[in-house]
Amino acid sequence: MASKSAGIEIAGLTKVFPGGVRALDALDLSVVDGEFFALLGPSGCGKTTLLRTIAGLESATEGTVHIGARNVTALPPGVRDVAMVFQDYALFPHMTVEDNIGYPLKIRRQPRASRSAQARDVGSQLGLDGLMARRPAELSGGQQQRVALARAVACRPSVFLFDEPLSNLDARLRLEARTFLKRLQRELGVTTVFVTHDQAEALALADRIAVMEAGRIRQVGTPREVFGRPANTFVANFIGSTPMNLLPAVAVPGGVEIAGHPLSVPGDLTDGEKVTVGVRPEYMALSTSPGAIPGVVSILEHLGTSTLVTVDVEGLLIGAVVPEDAEPEPDTQVWLTPAPGRVLVYRDGELLA
Amino acid sequence: MDLAKTVVRRILFYVVIGFGTAFFALPVLWLLSAPFDDTPTYAVRPPREFTLDNFTEIFENRYAVGSLVNSVILSFGTMVLVVASAALAAYALSRARVPGRDALIYMLLLLSSVVTGTAAMVPIFLLIFQLGLIDSHFGVVLVLSGGLLPAAIFLLKDFIDTIPRSYEESARVFGASPLQILRHVVVPVARPGLATIAVWTIVQVWGSFLTPFILLRDPDKQPAAVLVRTFYTEGGSPNLGLIAAFSFLYSIPVVLMYLLAWSRYGFRFHGGIKS
Amino acid sequence: MVGLGRSRAVGFIAPALILIGFFLVFPGIWTLYIGATNFRLTGVAALRPDFVGLDNFRAALSDDMFYRSLWLTLLFVFGSAVIGQNGLGFTLAWALRDTKKWLKRTLESLVLLAWILPSSVVAFLWVAMLDRDGGTINELLGTTPGVAWIVEYPLLSIIIFNIWRGTAFSMMLYSAALSSVPPSHLETARLAGASGSQTLRDVVLPHIRRYALTNTLLITLWTFNDFTPFLITATNPGSEIIAIYIYDKALVGGEMGYSGAISLLVLLINLLLALVYLRVGRRGSR
Repeated sequence: MASKSAGIEIAGLTKVFPGGVRALDALDLSVVDGEFFALLGPSGCGKTTLLRTIAGLESATEGTVHIGARNVTALPPGVRDVAMVFQDYALFPHMTVEDNIGYPLKIRRQPRASRSAQARDVGSQLGLDGLMARRPAELSGGQQQRVALARAVACRPSVFLFDEPLSNLDARLRLEARTFLKRLQRELGVTTVFVTHDQAEALALADRIAVMEAGRIRQVGTPREVFGRPANTFVANFIGSTPMNLLPAVAVPGGVEIAGHPLSVPGDLTDGEKVTVGVRPEYMALSTSPGAIPGVVSILEHLGTSTLVTVDVEGLLIGAVVPEDAEPEPDTQVWLTPAPGRVLVYRDGELLA
Repeated sequence: MDLAKTVVRRILFYVVIGFGTAFFALPVLWLLSAPFDDTPTYAVRPPREFTLDNFTEIFENRYAVGSLVNSVILSFGTMVLVVASAALAAYALSRARVPGRDALIYMLLLLSSVVTGTAAMVPIFLLIFQLGLIDSHFGVVLVLSGGLLPAAIFLLKDFIDTIPRSYEESARVFGASPLQILRHVVVPVARPGLATIAVWTIVQVWGSFLTPFILLRDPDKQPAAVLVRTFYTEGGSPNLGLIAAFSFLYSIPVVLMYLLAWSRYGFRFHGGIKS
Repeated sequence: MVGLGRSRAVGFIAPALILIGFFLVFPGIWTLYIGATNFRLTGVAALRPDFVGLDNFRAALSDDMFYRSLWLTLLFVFGSAVIGQNGLGFTLAWALRDTKKWLKRTLESLVLLAWILPSSVVAFLWVAMLDRDGGTINELLGTTPGVAWIVEYPLLSIIIFNIWRGTAFSMMLYSAALSSVPPSHLETARLAGASGSQTLRDVVLPHIRRYALTNTLLITLWTFNDFTPFLITATNPGSEIIAIYIYDKALVGGEMGYSGAISLLVLLINLLLALVYLRVGRRGSR
């Protein structure tokens, strides 16, 4: 299938709702042609508003949206050449699967025969053979989702927009659908922007992620970048299945002190200034032989093949993830040593280079 | 102690159910037995001698059949007008941001329960008279529509509110025009609600007495609702057989409509697939 | 916002608004005007009605018959709607809430039948039931000679009739209200050892309070303005509720102006009732 996929350029985009709510605040964003791009953030951060503004369902108060070379800012939704899949799939209940998939083609006045053929084709591509004559109410959640995807694929748009595509699925199904979605996007090669509040989903699926908060973009980067080097404490806190350790520290010559224990860190620090040190529990080594920071084992949480150990360092709680066979006993004395190169220093919430 | 309470509760239950059943069934039983009775009386009892002669008498009565036709004309006329205008209005009120919308609807609802009593029968009479529509079915349809619309809009708007906007938004992103959205998406999904309102309107008009009573002079134009009454209030002893049979025929369509609406749509009021 | 557009939205609402405006709102307002004239159906005042200001209102407010009619209406509304339909409707809904499906369906259908059947038919069914010589009521009670219920006890007759006629609405409403009570609340009460009536008082009634209020308001207004009893008792003074009184004065007596004034007073009373209910409703909400 020839792809006429296009990139998306957003410049200075602001959206103010009547009543004064500033949902989007002077956003700049570039989505590369063919990319699988995630908009990630807590509820109310503006990610869905951004998606809807790209679609044209919300009008921009200020700023521009370009899809490919076209300035679509003032265009109504129907002519932007985008396809959107809603969180509840929005499958028309009175139409069969085939009619649902073929709906965008019907709007484009494609003759019934070719519409039907194309719908069946796409349906087949998404594993919906044999279901074409059913009504949405007769399908399972996963099947409904694929019909919604098929409908979007059928109209061969330049851009796909997905609003929380996996949230309506059961947990087990969600993981399967994730893999399916990634493979589909790779095959089609169409620029895709999707919204999610689930950071694991974003990390797994996206080529690049934009982490949003209160109408602003806090960081844009690949999953690796966003996970390994979060640009600020908000992103550091939001990304990662186990919360990153964000520890108050004081700068001393040669590094910092955490609860009085010295640690060498890279970076230019003024003596005595207060900073925050970030280390993921996964990068915190725990051992019974002496290391950087001593403490007492407080809580053990089993994660399957590993355990999250919470260590009490004179009142400061630090987490470390250990493999299942290295699990310490509670109330024992241990030492924590962060992996070199995995220590991040934040001044006033922002990452130091 | 507990056993006594349970027994009392059981007895109370049966008393309530028994009384309820008897109270509501008794008057209606007359309607089921008297039409087929050779010599019907006021009392409820099985027919002494089964007959269908009462029904043939209906055709012999000058106004009977015509009045049923009139009822059909009034009911369907009003239904079409009400459903069409209420659907458009309810959709607009549900989707567009109209200031003071809820207050407006409640006010109209209140007004409609008051004005369609007798409080405004004087001005309505005069208004229809000025419009030259006295003694016309069209005049009756207009007045009845005006009275039923607030409630119809209220019910329909509530129903349309439950239809997810994502259907319309989805169609819009795929390029459908507002009219196409209405035709392809909204109306089909709203069908249960529209059907319920249609049935409701027909039933309201079918039984409506006051407005046709006031606005129609010519007995040939009277609907069945008015005619039934003349059967038992005109001087002399009423022809019970005729009344019974005619009432029976007159009631059947309404009961059937309700059964139809109930079985097909069950008065459920949410749009969309499964919740 | 799906791009309905302001002009299109207005266009959609227009047909309904025109019909309502002409045939509901306008007559309502015209009532106001007529009440201030001495308009009659016949005679000089029919051709050239004079503006008499508040004369009609003064006359109405000092008319014994008017007050009598109001009193009868209040009794009618209170007896048949507030107590009757409400009480019976709730009782039936409560009794049926856990019963077998077939029983529930049957009884609900019977109650609904009373509501569905056309008013002219239903009125005659009760004329038949209440008849002095052949009526079923007299037969069941064994009264000889029979009591002419409609003639001797007209108000009671129409109250019973109205309860029979209108309970369906309340029953269905309360049925829906009861099923909306979260089962977890009922179960909590049960685990705490509450009896049936305690559960009713503590868990159920607070939950359905809003429904009860809405229901009572609606049936109060409907019953207040109901003309259907006319079909049974016509203009019998013992049951001359306000709707029949207005009819009597206007179309039988021809005193349009006077009845217009009364109509306005009725409208005001209705608004007052509605306000009272709304106030009560607002007071109780969290």
